[in-house]
Amino acid sequence: MRVYVKFDFNKICKVVLREQLDAIGVEYELQGVGEISFKSAPTQVEMQKIADTLDPYGIEVVNDQQIALVQRIKDAITEWVYDGENPKRYNFSTYLSEKLDYSYTHLSSLFSETTYSSIENFIILKKIDYAKSLMINSEHTLTEIAYKLNYSSVAHLSAQFKKTTGLTPSSFQKIIRKRKERAIML
Amino acid sequence: MPLNTLNIALADDDQDDRILFKEAIEEIKIKTKLSLFKDGKELMDYLVLPNVILPEIVFLDLNMPIKNGMQCLSEIRNHDKLKDLLVAIYSTSSSEADIEETFVKGANIYINKPNSFAALKDAIEKVLQLNWQYHTSALNRDNFLLRI
Repeated sequence: MRVYVKFDFNKICKVVLREQLDAIGVEYELQGVGEISFKSAPTQVEMQKIADTLDPYGIEVVNDQQIALVQRIKDAITEWVYDGENPKRYNFSTYLSEKLDYSYTHLSSLFSETTYSSIENFIILKKIDYAKSLMINSEHTLTEIAYKLNYSSVAHLSAQFKKTTGLTPSSFQKIIRKRKERAIML
Repeated sequence: MPLNTLNIALADDDQDDRILFKEAIEEIKIKTKLSLFKDGKELMDYLVLPNVILPEIVFLDLNMPIKNGMQCLSEIRNHDKLKDLLVAIYSTSSSEADIEETFVKGANIYINKPNSFAALKDAIEKVLQLNWQYHTSALNRDNFLLRI
């Protein structure tokens, strides 16, 4: 025997939301589709709990503002790294908090929560990424690249390169060169 | 749409190694969905299925029966749908020549199989963290190389 069922998705979602939010014990009101307003702003811990509880039901907490801000931090980092003049003028935390108009502490903790990385690590990653493309696509020597990216010396750049990639700049260059030769041969 | 779970595939013929990998990855903060394969052929058959959700990273053991890690790597790099996958070679060999060859042939990551659970977890965590950045930021994936 087969029985057919019909779903009212909107109702299902509201019931699930009510049950779960009641169980967590926060005061809330369901607004239109997909919007919940809270009597008082939930703490980070409560927010995480809400997100974790709803996740198995395929309900995702969308936090667009945070995502947008993290993206702005990343853009600012890219600008900072690619414009070698900035680091000579001020330090990064001043630059970032002035540019985005939030305290550095706030930006830094938001970044770490959302990206599994820290701002400091991301700057290093971005610098090494830039160093790689300069090594591959330009005639710059390692000394020039180190200067351009504001490393105090080639040794410092090489050490950070090795720490980040597990490879020395010269073995990296050798691998990329061999890949190109191979691509031509094939 | 922001990424919130990394899909991972692992091909390793050693059952103990597969279990250890699974346990290690479960202890890491980054959310993952792991698919396990007993050899290279099983993995490749899966990857070319229509409508399959492609993993963000593929971990390949170098020495496997039927189809080994290098064969998989070269098939992946020569397949239109698969050629941009991030591939991590996971092997006991630490010979410089082997390592260089796998990178030249298109591996993104080379991991020496760590000999303790803690070291394995650290290695996987490092790979996932870095991959997360590559999947969510404008970093150049063509020259993404990492050796652990």
